[in-house]
Amino acid sequence: MDFTFSQDQLMFQEALTTLLASEAPADRIRARWQSDSGLDAALEQQLVELGLAGMLVPEALGGLGLDATDFIKLAETCGQFALPEPAVEQALVAAPLLADICTASGAERAESVLGELIGGGCRVAVGHILNPYINFAANADYFLLGHGGDVHLLPAAQVTLSAVKSVDPSRRLAAVSWQPSKATLLADGELGAACWRAALNRGALGNAAQLIGLADAMVKQAVAYAADRQQFGKPIGVNQAVKHLLADCAVQIEFARPPVYRAAYTVAQAATRADWAVSHAKVVAGEAAQLAARNCIQVFGAMGYTWECDLQIWAKRSWVLDREWGDPGFHKNRVHEWLVQPNALIGPEYTFGRGDQPHAH
Amino acid sequence: MELIYTAKQNQFRAEVRDWMNANVPAKPLQNYDTQVGFEQHIAWEKTLAAGNWGMVTWPKEYGGRDCSLVEWLIFEEEYYRAGGPFRVNQNGVFLLGPTLMEYGTPAQKARFLTKMAAGEEMWAQAWSEPGAGSDMAAIRCKAEPDGDDFIISGQKIWSTRAVYADYAFGLFRTDAASERHHGLSFILVPLDSPGVTVRPIAQLDGEAGFAEIFFDDVRVSRDHLIGAEGEGWKIAMATAGFERGLMLRSPARFQNTSKRLVELYRRHRHDLLDASLEDAVVRCYMDTESYALSTYQTASRLDAGGSIGPESSCNKIFWSLLDIRMHQTAMNILGARAEVEPRSEAEHSELGRWLDGFLFSQSGPIYAGSNEIQRNIIAERMLGMPRR
Ligand SMILES: Cc1cc2nc3c(=O)[nH]c(=O)nc-3n(C[C@H](O)[C@H](O)[C@H](O)COP(=O)(O)OP(=O)(O)OC[C@H]3O[C@@H](n4cnc5c(N)ncnc54)[C@H](O)[C@@H]3O)c2cc1C
Repeated sequence: MDFTFSQDQLMFQEALTTLLASEAPADRIRARWQSDSGLDAALEQQLVELGLAGMLVPEALGGLGLDATDFIKLAETCGQFALPEPAVEQALVAAPLLADICTASGAERAESVLGELIGGGCRVAVGHILNPYINFAANADYFLLGHGGDVHLLPAAQVTLSAVKSVDPSRRLAAVSWQPSKATLLADGELGAACWRAALNRGALGNAAQLIGLADAMVKQAVAYAADRQQFGKPIGVNQAVKHLLADCAVQIEFARPPVYRAAYTVAQAATRADWAVSHAKVVAGEAAQLAARNCIQVFGAMGYTWECDLQIWAKRSWVLDREWGDPGFHKNRVHEWLVQPNALIGPEYTFGRGDQPHAH
Repeated sequence: MELIYTAKQNQFRAEVRDWMNANVPAKPLQNYDTQVGFEQHIAWEKTLAAGNWGMVTWPKEYGGRDCSLVEWLIFEEEYYRAGGPFRVNQNGVFLLGPTLMEYGTPAQKARFLTKMAAGEEMWAQAWSEPGAGSDMAAIRCKAEPDGDDFIISGQKIWSTRAVYADYAFGLFRTDAASERHHGLSFILVPLDSPGVTVRPIAQLDGEAGFAEIFFDDVRVSRDHLIGAEGEGWKIAMATAGFERGLMLRSPARFQNTSKRLVELYRRHRHDLLDASLEDAVVRCYMDTESYALSTYQTASRLDAGGSIGPESSCNKIFWSLLDIRMHQTAMNILGARAEVEPRSEAEHSELGRWLDGFLFSQSGPIYAGSNEIQRNIIAERMLGMPRR
């Protein structure tokens, strides 16, 4: 049993933190809102160079051969900075989905797109049935789309987009319409269904980790503001009412983070059988971020209700990521479904599954 | 106790209903924090005023109907039932109106109330300053007495709808040597006066719902002073009492939201996976009822000659948290679609105005005296707990 992160994992996180601190500060995120694409292509290239895109792809397919436990802190960091670019989804969902299909069926089309993706030559959007819209669809070169349990791969020219406006100005959503055909089919039958199950767990895990990062970042901003802002001749943070608003957030975050890390481990073991752990993580991380958004806005007073205040970047992301890749109802229900099975592994000895084979839930 | 409307009250309700059915705009108006929406709302205020429905509790001579508070509640119920627009001039009619009625001179009442009721002049509140939010007694914006005038210099902030308003009312320091809540006066300022600059501030939804107001030696005549010089704090506290206590948020508004929430829930309940939503909807319904009942109880007491005390701070906390919960619940029912701003008719009918309402609900625990300050008031003044 070792519930700590390795030196390498922490160094990777530090490298990403350094990059995002210099390349994704709030004013640069706001600048993206005015741009056509909403993306910073140069930063995307730097993320590729850092190795993000191919991190979870097996070495045999040109990736780094690492797993979700290596990636989870990076996803959290992307949340810390409220990174608009869909780097987490590319690395944790799109690339592994293509890799799974390559490994299982040797599909050549999948392999060539995966190669491009790892090298930063293309963007691949994933349309899971749970998500009514795709983020940055207009910027994608390829789409992985579901028809029943089948996985289809389409070039952008073969889909029609209809844009909608998200409450989060960093997002560029669209609904996608398309026609499945023999030519677009990549995986069907059991393989297709397994791919979508894994994709859902990876997508939800990525959002859970980002939600933790978002919550933590909001609390830090509010703590700093409460020390700085003076009323009644003292910093507002001296009032217990203000302290407790933020202390309550800290408690929730503390107890949401370990479930997210357990979920990462479980996904790394078997992404198709990680429902119970991922859903737990997604629900509690979402709750922590919702509370942080509410309480931090409160600490900022009227300032927190303005467009000018950067807190909105984090608060709005928290509201939307909580609903994407399965809303809280969906995930609570999955935990419920799992609990009511007569053979569910519950009780003190099953925190990590059977211990020697954690994915056996 | 007799929890049943009188024949006169029922007749009043029927009269309001007929008028609302005939006059409320069929299509919802645009957001009143936009230029177009603001003008639509002003036009509506004028229609209301023409029917003498602008502020029913006011005396007839100022365009009211001399109604009791219970009748006002009935009016509000019918207003929201018919889908009446939010009141763009609520600061004027609900907050300044009652203050003028109590503290204004006959000339001030004649001058300001009539135009306010007619929807001809829009009012903004100007209390807060960059250094005086929760701590309102820290106000520094000066109004120096100068013969028959005051000369105002300084800054106000967060003034709702000041971008479009004609006048602002608020507290200004008329005694330069004074401190805290002494030496403040309640003054009305025409926003087209030379030296006034209004800078819009965009809110969470991107619209300029409030503004900063800069005063650069703005000359205001003494007949714009309400009450005596230096008595401003006392008068302002009366206004704040109306705001938190009763007038600002009538229960009908929340009951209407709660009804829409129940309808949304009925449409979706067979696809919902989250058992807690059932609980949330039931609670929202019960809480809106509790809020209505509490308001009726207060209105009855006031109609019988009672007064509002520190318990009014409970109201503010109750409705602001309820409003957040109702919108949060609706967003959770809508799931992943909730993040989208409806733009087409089809999107509107599906998503309603839940997202807009959710964003606005975030400000409820902040404005009109933050909930933390209200809890201090409840603990210290209502419960008598020791002060720090
Ligand atoms: C939508 C909106 C509309 C508004 N409209 C108007 C308007 O028309 N006119 C106007 O004058 N103002 C208006 N305001 C301003 C409003 O009155 C202030 O926001 C409010 O008084 C709080 O002040 P502040 O924003 O400076 O927050 P601060 O006073 O800085 O407070 C920040 C946080 O600290 C807490 N805090 C501060 N002091 C204490 C204490 N002693 N004990 C415990 N907690 C404390 C607060 O509760 C809050 O959570 C509006 C605000 C909003 C959000």
